[in-house]
Amino acid sequence: MDLKDLYRDVIVDHNRHPRNFREIPDADRRADGFNPLCGDKLTVYVKLDGDRIADVSFNGSGCAISVASASLLTESVKGKSVAEAEGLFSQMHQLLTRDDAAVDVPGLGKLAALSGVREFPARVKCASLCWHTLDAALHSQDQVSTE
Amino acid sequence: MSAVPASRHAVGTLDVAAIRRDFPVLERMVRGRPLSYLDNAASSQRPHAVIDAMSSYYETSHANVHRGVHTLSQEATDLFEGAREKVRRFINARSSREIIFVRGTTEAINLVAQSYGRPRFGPGDEILVSWLEHHANIVPWQMLCEQTGATLKVAPITRTGEVDFEAFAALLSPRTKLVALAHVSNALGTVIPVHRFIAAARTHGVPVLLDGAQAVPHLKVDVQALDCDFYAFSGHKMCGPTGIGVLYGREALLNAMPPWQGGGDMILAVSFDKTVYNVLPYKFEAGTPDIAGAIGLGAAIDYLETLGMDRIAAAEHELLVYANEKLAAIPGLHFVGTALEKAAVVSFTIDKVHPHDLGTILDHEGVAIRTGHHCAMPVMEFFGLPATARASFAFYNTRAEIDRLVDALHTAREMLG
Repeated sequence: MDLKDLYRDVIVDHNRHPRNFREIPDADRRADGFNPLCGDKLTVYVKLDGDRIADVSFNGSGCAISVASASLLTESVKGKSVAEAEGLFSQMHQLLTRDDAAVDVPGLGKLAALSGVREFPARVKCASLCWHTLDAALHSQDQVSTE
Repeated sequence: MSAVPASRHAVGTLDVAAIRRDFPVLERMVRGRPLSYLDNAASSQRPHAVIDAMSSYYETSHANVHRGVHTLSQEATDLFEGAREKVRRFINARSSREIIFVRGTTEAINLVAQSYGRPRFGPGDEILVSWLEHHANIVPWQMLCEQTGATLKVAPITRTGEVDFEAFAALLSPRTKLVALAHVSNALGTVIPVHRFIAAARTHGVPVLLDGAQAVPHLKVDVQALDCDFYAFSGHKMCGPTGIGVLYGREALLNAMPPWQGGGDMILAVSFDKTVYNVLPYKFEAGTPDIAGAIGLGAAIDYLETLGMDRIAAAEHELLVYANEKLAAIPGLHFVGTALEKAAVVSFTIDKVHPHDLGTILDHEGVAIRTGHHCAMPVMEFFGLPATARASFAFYNTRAEIDRLVDALHTAREMLG
């Protein structure tokens, strides 16, 4: 297992230059995510247009995996319906925790870059924090913790 | 038993190569590379002498203590009480009645909170801690405050990570009922000049508990010279087993305290009309104790004393100086905690590289360090950091291991910086 499997170029790039790293002042939904083990803290903002995620963003601080994962999340769920976003969440959950046989890896696009995290069990929570936080935002919870 | 430390004949300084052979785990590989174990402030490793003492006890002498008249019970009791005497001598307590075996520092502090504090403290009373404390020296007092209505006061720290003595002294008042202070900070390595703090508390007649978890493994502790009232520490940070620790308490205070757990061994006589509690130290040791753990702790003390606490402190200080010099040369590295008096702990951050990523990248190079909040979230909050990376050295570490840490940090900077 190579470190480059974890810190792939896409992940390093999204950590250095996170996309949609901003607040949405008039967000319809927002939730805070916290990983007490490593101190990762982020807020996910969602602007809805009916059932569609018109805009999504995040801010906060965290490790490369959590920041890159959140950045990739915003790119991949923008424009999708809530149900489609939830479907991606479930796919990501499988990708991060299980053999990816059941996962449509090409369908995940850039998100597939996170598949290496599975080999580093201590880091799975870093990658999944933003997804749990998005899920909480979509279900109008305020806070989520991965502990 | 291979219990004779190889360094026994060394004069002056420690023979680290020989010492490393005493620690079987130091021979293992991690991710294809030799292990560099630099997480000693979280837990140290064990020498053969400790492992063998525990195995030997289980293989030849195990029985319950303080109970039977049969041979094994007597042997187990002698070994267990022998370990208590070793602890007494190691920290220079007046009497082995002042040595209570507990699970660790955390349980020792909870014992004092519940047995000393709970019956005595009430609304208006204050417990004084510092901003440097480990959660184990914060949360038991918060719980006690909820139970009694007492108030927790916190002495601030400085940017160098030292407890602000003037501010501490100003917080002492007739309302202060207990001072609970770290002897050495786990997160930053600061050695607190506790003599001064204890003397100040004395002038107000306030008893002092010291959290010695990080101090006992690295410097000579003499509870009589310190003149503290309670002293708590753990076996696993001083080459002993997990699950065993010690509460030292001044005999008069311990005598005046009620038991905090009831059960076997802590009684002299039980009837439904009246139960008579046992004498010290057994009053505070309900149930079958961690006999093997105590024996292992005794063996750890023997091991450390054979090396010599002075020589251990000198060797670790040398590693600290070397690490400081090497790490300071890494661009973008910031030390967190720069007190003049420090144990061999280096807490730091690196620009653009989160400590958690450092932890993973270093592990890949076989280098084990701690990353996170170090169970001292208020310290992190004070410095405005979510986490730091922390390398903590023991006498069995080498300069070569620090070089490997430095190389791995460069790799991390190249990957993510």
